[in-house]
Amino acid sequence: MRETRPTVHVSFDGVEHEAFVGESVLECARRCGVTIPSLCFLEGLTVWGGCRICVVEVAEDHRLRPACATQVAADMEIKTETPRLRAYRKSILELLFAEGNHVCAVCVSNGNCELQDMAVFCGMDHVRYDSQAPPREVDSSHPKYVFDQNRCILCTRCVRVCDEIEGAHVWDISHRGEHAEVITELNRPWGESLSCTWCGKCVAVCPTGALSYQGRAIGEMEHDPAMIKRLAVARNRGEWLDPGVMT
Amino acid sequence: MKQARIATAWLGGCSGCHMSFLDMDEWLFELAEIADVVYSPIADIKDFPTDVDATLVEGAVANEDNLELALDIRAKSRLVLSFGDCAVSGNVTAMRNPLGDPQQILERVYVEAPDRDGRIPEAPGIVPPLLPKVLALHKVIRVDAFIPGCPPPADRIQAALEALLEGSLPPNRGEAIRWG
Ligand code: SF4
Ligand code: SF4
Ligand code: SF4
Ligand code: FES
Repeated sequence: MRETRPTVHVSFDGVEHEAFVGESVLECARRCGVTIPSLCFLEGLTVWGGCRICVVEVAEDHRLRPACATQVAADMEIKTETPRLRAYRKSILELLFAEGNHVCAVCVSNGNCELQDMAVFCGMDHVRYDSQAPPREVDSSHPKYVFDQNRCILCTRCVRVCDEIEGAHVWDISHRGEHAEVITELNRPWGESLSCTWCGKCVAVCPTGALSYQGRAIGEMEHDPAMIKRLAVARNRGEWLDPGVMT
Repeated sequence: MKQARIATAWLGGCSGCHMSFLDMDEWLFELAEIADVVYSPIADIKDFPTDVDATLVEGAVANEDNLELALDIRAKSRLVLSFGDCAVSGNVTAMRNPLGDPQQILERVYVEAPDRDGRIPEAPGIVPPLLPKVLALHKVIRVDAFIPGCPPPADRIQAALEALLEGSLPPNRGEAIRWG
């Protein structure tokens, strides 16, 4: 199908590209094969703009912009790789690691973790900030899934997918600042939830070891965030995918 | 040319990093040709020597002995490297931190656990007191480079040592810095 949307010119790191009016800098970059790292963003869900890993610079503007939550504009000159951006991205990652309890060596997601991959991508070999070591709970009351708060980075993908795609709205965010946490069923054990349909979408999209299937040992948990894009596309087009087509 | 003086040390860790060090197999013979290993838990040397070129430190700083050795190492080494995730981040050794006061943890483990004799081990001068919190090595001394991994795979250790022997710091990009 030919795209008939109006376009404008933008440039990424000095190279010109055509952008669709209304799309975000991140969407445009992905389409053009330009790498901008992201964590809370997930294709198929609404934009949250919370993690700020996707920050970019726009020429002549000292403010950093989150690429996932910034719309393209005509003749925008976008920089995706500068020493300043690299420094900020690394700091953000270090803060995420310092804020929770990340012990990769004993984590279900070790080796299959978007956060760990991002640390490698951003060159984080150690954390300069003091680790907060907060006391956090593990909720394994659900028959199929486990929520380990120690690994949660508050990306809200679980909140959004359960509300927007599954329509169950089991998850919410409670408290603020360093006390913020995601909760199930208005802060009741997940296993007692009457609204959870056991669809597993929240588990599929979690970027870390915070959500996993019961019984997974170290490094055994693999997520499938791309599933949501398949569902969202199918729903938008009013199609249904043959299960055999889904990989 | 003077042989490089390399040391390895073991603080609060499981010695897995040193097992991985031994996994370098025959390259250890090459290492022995070009460097002197002047201190290591796998060699019988009592005191940390002076004038060390580079020390690989396994383990987090969990008790007073660890702290004392870390300070001694820093004073006597030109380069200090955090060797493995426990040194780099505290890792498994630091999993006690969210539980709070170490005394409570000792009671939980030695007194409340049903298969114990109900006493916290005590031997002044032999069993070192725990620090209030387990710390990554760079929280107590200056660290020049990091070799993450639990344990770091043998080829990662070899690459780090090869870099050091050539006078540069170990690779700190890409898979060389993956935790876990
Ligand atoms: S969630 Fe990812 S970064 Fe955190 S401990 Fe698990 S593997 Fe490591
Ligand atoms: S399993 Fe489905 S319904 Fe249950 S909390 Fe997760 S996304 Fe919501
Ligand atoms: S549980 Fe997972 S998906 Fe939900 S906010 Fe935490 S890290 Fe994100
Ligand atoms: S990916 Fe843009 S703010 Fe998280």
